[in-house]
Amino acid sequence: MKNFIKLFSIIVLFFFTFTQSQSAEKVDYLKTDWSFKGLFGKFDRGSLQRGYQVYTEVCASCHSMKYLSYRNLGEKGGPEFSEAEVKAIAASFEVIDGPNADGEMFERPAKLSDKFVMPYENVKAAQAANGGAYPPDMSVLVKARGGGVDYIYSLLQGYEDAPTGMTLDEGVHYNKYMYGNKIRMSAPLSDDLIEYGDGTKATVEQMSKDVTTFLMWAAEPHLESRHRMGFKAIVYLIILTILVYFSMKRIWSRVESEV
Amino acid sequence: MSDKKPERRDFLFTASYTVGAVGVAAVVWPLVDQMNPDASVKALASTEVDVSSVKPGNTITVLWRGKPVFIRRRTQDEISEARSVKMEDLIHPEKDEDRAKDPEWLVMLGVCTHLGCVPLNDKGDYDGWFCPCHGSHYDTSGRIRKGPAPLNMEVPKYEFVNANTIKIG
Amino acid sequence: MSDHEYTPTSKVGKWFNDRLPLLTLANHLTDYPTPKNLNYWWTFGGILTFCLITQIVTGLTLAMHYIAHADMAFESVEHIMRDVNYGWLIRYIHANGASMFFLAVYIHIFRSLFYGSYKSPREIIWIIGIIIYLLMMAAAFMGYVLPWGQMSFWGATVITNLFSAIPLVGEGIVTWLWGGYSVDNPTLTRFFTLHYLIPFLILGLVVLHIWALHVPGNNNPVGIDIKKPSKDTVPFHPYIVIKDGFALLMFMIVFAFFVFYSPNILGHADNYIEANPMVTPAHIVPEWYLLPFYAILRSVPDKLLGVVAMLSAILILAVLPWLDTSKIRSAVFRPLYKQFYWILVADVLILGYMGAMPAEGLYLLIARVATAYYFLHFLVILPVLGFKEKTLPIPLSITEPVLGGSPNLAMAKNKESIDK
Repeated sequence: MKNFIKLFSIIVLFFFTFTQSQSAEKVDYLKTDWSFKGLFGKFDRGSLQRGYQVYTEVCASCHSMKYLSYRNLGEKGGPEFSEAEVKAIAASFEVIDGPNADGEMFERPAKLSDKFVMPYENVKAAQAANGGAYPPDMSVLVKARGGGVDYIYSLLQGYEDAPTGMTLDEGVHYNKYMYGNKIRMSAPLSDDLIEYGDGTKATVEQMSKDVTTFLMWAAEPHLESRHRMGFKAIVYLIILTILVYFSMKRIWSRVESEV
Repeated sequence: MSDKKPERRDFLFTASYTVGAVGVAAVVWPLVDQMNPDASVKALASTEVDVSSVKPGNTITVLWRGKPVFIRRRTQDEISEARSVKMEDLIHPEKDEDRAKDPEWLVMLGVCTHLGCVPLNDKGDYDGWFCPCHGSHYDTSGRIRKGPAPLNMEVPKYEFVNANTIKIG
Repeated sequence: MSDHEYTPTSKVGKWFNDRLPLLTLANHLTDYPTPKNLNYWWTFGGILTFCLITQIVTGLTLAMHYIAHADMAFESVEHIMRDVNYGWLIRYIHANGASMFFLAVYIHIFRSLFYGSYKSPREIIWIIGIIIYLLMMAAAFMGYVLPWGQMSFWGATVITNLFSAIPLVGEGIVTWLWGGYSVDNPTLTRFFTLHYLIPFLILGLVVLHIWALHVPGNNNPVGIDIKKPSKDTVPFHPYIVIKDGFALLMFMIVFAFFVFYSPNILGHADNYIEANPMVTPAHIVPEWYLLPFYAILRSVPDKLLGVVAMLSAILILAVLPWLDTSKIRSAVFRPLYKQFYWILVADVLILGYMGAMPAEGLYLLIARVATAYYFLHFLVILPVLGFKEKTLPIPLSITEPVLGGSPNLAMAKNKESIDK
């Protein structure tokens, strides 16, 4: 049993040092408290709603979020806008539908069941409009970057003057946290760029935190469910393990001695 | 050994089995539930239809839950014809008032109750619909009058959310 | 196997059993005499069966929603994660279940290496096990391609390209595997089919694996042959059932931590980027459980020899019963072998780590040394040890060393004659 625990700990230790070493280059990201981390982590509803506002007003002109549906904005575990609010949000976007009885495609306001409207029709159009660089879709962006939320949060605040000696091509910017330090996107945030609906001061740091929280939810809409279920599952397993352990001891006591 | 020992032993095993069974049920449920309609399907469970351009005497067909729905704006003649039919003459007795709360609007699943074909509009001997597959005739209330179909065309749950829009489902 | 005739208690039972002896089989499995000194390293066979069933059940339910087409695969996985009831749970169990499956299989294999479970008369059990392991790797590799992320696509490209190393027919084989001129939709659909099929092949082999095991019976920590049944054995039910159950629950707690709290930590972030044939990721890495072989592959500068080395690393295990010349099974009584065993464990872990690193500089050097040592262990050290090693005396029976008798064979024999 002792050997088992020893080997188990070695393996777990190995796993975690290994996985830590996998995450990105050796840069220290900016740290902040994420309400959704930890065993009982939950999303800050207000932060999600503000984050959605940042996404819509700043990012959505270039970045699609094609795997999300408008109804997601009203579902449990997310920004939890009211049904009326979500309907209004959806209706403010036009989607292409059809063909109609004449065989033509037409535009209509989006419904709850529609996916988020994309700013560009396809990847090539997005590239052409952005100097050859494709603004990545943000549905799972947080999971698609090794540094996760810390990386995105840092990157949004990481625009600086290039260090002396480094030349940047036309349209390329220096970012302290971007992989390779060169990024095509110009700094998207500046203080008071938008006016938050709930009156919170829209500093770059605040907007970075809110939009990153929103992106985390977008990538993992069932995070809160998952944490809740996980807690119940593990408590249940521990209880059952204890019961089975004592059952095992009871049964094995019938054998005169364990070698 | 006293009676106490076997009792305690049984309790431990019974407790283990019971707790274990709870776990098995908790595991089985998601595996079964994943086959139920998913969120994207449920989002399409109801549909809103703009009927502002439908003139009296005209029918539009919309798709709802994968099936065609006939929405007909009936003329006065069609309404009176539907309301004057005697219950004894019907294969599936149903009052027109029960099928079309607002007599001007008839909303029903365009699926023949015989074997599921889509009946044709403005055809048949009863001024309603005719199913070409096996010859069922429906009247201006969508009720079966002649042919092999056993039931009237089904009226789904629907309501007018405003003067121009019907929400089906 | 000669079991005493088992007669079912009910008439219906007897009628059925006369036509298909399932009840006799159940009775055999229940009474199956198992050494009573098995430690927790022996619980991983049961854990592996649980893993196989879990993967099949979650895989089946995922397959109800997954779309095996290059244009829709990634989206269908997102649909499962977002819209399908409990889809996120089933997907995360399946993905992390693969890792848990390999964790268990490595512990299971290394148990056999330590206690000599591969030695006569258990060679066939061992070889079937190696075949199961190979099929597991094939299934896992193809399964990883299905989400059609960047790692899916490029991992498939790199590994299928290896076949071009085969002289003369290599290029043709690669084209045949791809169903086209690069990894694309035809590749994806056939990988899905084969990924669905292989677990059932594994299931069949597991039945053979257990059947072959039941002929000689289980090995045990002291590696001696024991009489079955005897006071050295316990019936499988309830003793081993409950112990396997306890170990399985501990395993499930670890599994649950991954699924519910770190479901993506064992994966690679790049696989959340949709496959793009125009852009190669900075570092192409397979999943952690394939890393040691990846390291061996990249250690050899020649493409064909690299492939040969990688395959040999696995196939060499198949002939292990004949490479290890020692008459003593368990490392408990082989002090020198025990040390080499732990060095092998370290070597494999190092290879795994190197597999995740770029194949250059110091990393490449270490990988090469570790690869050379791996082959040295099996081809040189083991055969030599069998002849040269001074082993400790093995006990006569399992209970004997505990009941105050000396593990020393001669002294025990002496005691016997005195007692008479």
